[in-house]
Amino acid sequence: MEKFKTLTSTVIPLANEDIDTDQIIPARFLKSTTREGFGKNLFRDWRYDSQGDLKEDFILNNPSYSGSILVAGKNFGCGSSREHAAWALYDFGFRAIVSSYFADIFKGNALNNGLLPVQISDGFLETIFELVKQDKNTTLKIELIDQQISIQGTKHTEKFNINAYKKTCLLNGYDDIDYLISKKSQIEQFEQTHKEF
Amino acid sequence: MGKTLFEKVWDSHIVDSVENGQEILYIDRHFIHEVTSPQAFEGIRRRGAGLYRKNKIVATADHNVPTKDQHLPIKDVLSKLQVDTLIQNCKEFGIDLYGLGHPYQGIVHVIGPELGITKPGMTIVCGDSHTSTHGAFGTIAFGIGTSQVEQVMATQCLLLERPKTMRITINGELQRGVSSKDIILYIISKLSTAGGTGYFVEYAGSAITSLSMEGRMTICNMSIEMGARGGMIAPDETTYEYIRGREFAPVGFALDEAINYWKTLYSDEDAYFDKEYTFEAESIPPMITYGTNPGMGIGIDEAIPDNDSDSFKKSLKYMNLEAGSSLLNKKIDHVFIGSCTNSRIEDLRIVAEYVAGKQKADHVKAMIVPGSKQVEKQAREEGIHQVLADAGFELREPGCSACLGMNEDKIPDGEYCVSTSNRNFEGRQGPGARTMLVSPLTAAIIAIEGKIVDTRNFVNKVATV
Repeated sequence: MEKFKTLTSTVIPLANEDIDTDQIIPARFLKSTTREGFGKNLFRDWRYDSQGDLKEDFILNNPSYSGSILVAGKNFGCGSSREHAAWALYDFGFRAIVSSYFADIFKGNALNNGLLPVQISDGFLETIFELVKQDKNTTLKIELIDQQISIQGTKHTEKFNINAYKKTCLLNGYDDIDYLISKKSQIEQFEQTHKEF
Repeated sequence: MGKTLFEKVWDSHIVDSVENGQEILYIDRHFIHEVTSPQAFEGIRRRGAGLYRKNKIVATADHNVPTKDQHLPIKDVLSKLQVDTLIQNCKEFGIDLYGLGHPYQGIVHVIGPELGITKPGMTIVCGDSHTSTHGAFGTIAFGIGTSQVEQVMATQCLLLERPKTMRITINGELQRGVSSKDIILYIISKLSTAGGTGYFVEYAGSAITSLSMEGRMTICNMSIEMGARGGMIAPDETTYEYIRGREFAPVGFALDEAINYWKTLYSDEDAYFDKEYTFEAESIPPMITYGTNPGMGIGIDEAIPDNDSDSFKKSLKYMNLEAGSSLLNKKIDHVFIGSCTNSRIEDLRIVAEYVAGKQKADHVKAMIVPGSKQVEKQAREEGIHQVLADAGFELREPGCSACLGMNEDKIPDGEYCVSTSNRNFEGRQGPGARTMLVSPLTAAIIAIEGKIVDTRNFVNKVATV
């Protein structure tokens, strides 16, 4: 996993609420046996029409918006457990998702792939959407060490929460799996007395 | 202070607590399928350490499989590659696979319980959000991502933050024509798609304990649709009866010993829940969804609500419906009966009982996909297949099918599908498809009438599922 420390970038705003993982990557594009290449089908049915032509009114197809931060409406990532949603966002080039609420499984999947979910207040989210509407070059700075997100060139700033263990993992690029493997002897010991009925 | 059912099961699976609040949870059973496992196997292969406990993994092929001519090679090249990869991986690592052609094949959340693999007090995971289904047995069961599938393969454990607890109590008796699917759609419509995020839910109350195991599974299955990681119901006589005699269920002394333990699995009277909700069964109508998430549900005779938010407006536009209007008399193009929510033998029985001697409406395409080969076999033995075929329903072979449209079973652009599945997201059943979630009984009635009707006028007794 890639390390995450600080990210400064313009943003792509997507104000829809309850964006589910079927929108992020529709099920019919989950047929790969590798982790790579899902970015081309990110938001597939919002980006392309049934003929495969670009829908110009969708924000990801608007060249005046760019950046590695997606700012989305509340309850982002609800629905299925498909990690392909996190892979698709990462593969497309996103490194952080900012929203006022995340679905549980998506949040875990994002953290396991070096994609930072930044949960902020409804008010701060509204402010970002408003400023981006006024100026497409509005830039966010996300500092993981200080758990702080700020809108560059303004006084708007907010702290965000992240599990301390997950923060360490992201800062150092560690996976859960290495940690669990290091606990093997304890797991074996647990199995000695654990009875499964 | 006493413990909740969730805490009893969770605490008995803690290997270690890590200083910053994470806990190492031991996993008793790991179900895998073709879509979310290949990348995990790849990771295991790269590490070279192999699987930690291969006998705790059970595999099946369900998401991608065709539901017609399963004896022939899969036509879709990519689907075939995924299913073949699962076969290869299971062979290489020595995992039990109930794949295509096996008499136990089926939707992963249907076969686990019906084979007696799912038992009270266990922890169960699968790379599929509807793993919550197994909670109906008093297990802690939840969906995980592929990185976690790899963690469980490598260590039989997960590193997790303990979720908060919620209890939802439903007391009283259900109205005529109302079933477990209506209960859960009602709950989600009250709590919204995010109302359960961060929680593990226990369902309790007389309307829950009077349900069959199939009905309980339908409720726990959709816990994820309100954002909850999982749902649970305390095991009781109904649970033990369901398990008794199944393929992998304990027998004799081992079963007695197990039941003695299972009897300790309930929430103590003085247990504390972080959140509690109570609903009256009598106030739950037959439900239907009108929008593009499972929280957008109403009583079948109610008007579509209004809301100023852009997301709500976008949703109604996608469905081509208007706020304030009624769904009654709306013409329906497709009826899909299937998915891990409602494809068990009781679901098929209730549909067959209603449609026996009737004919589906001419313009409706009605498809029934059983949850497993065993369900299909039992339906044949009970004559259900013939009743359904005579009524004009197309009977398919087991799989996830049109619930998520990964195989050929898709609903065409712009058409309406009344579905017993679990998600009405945009494009879920195919690009542009418009899904309305209902119970199997409601789906059966609508298939016959060809339009949305107040189902209470068509039944004279309480649905049993």
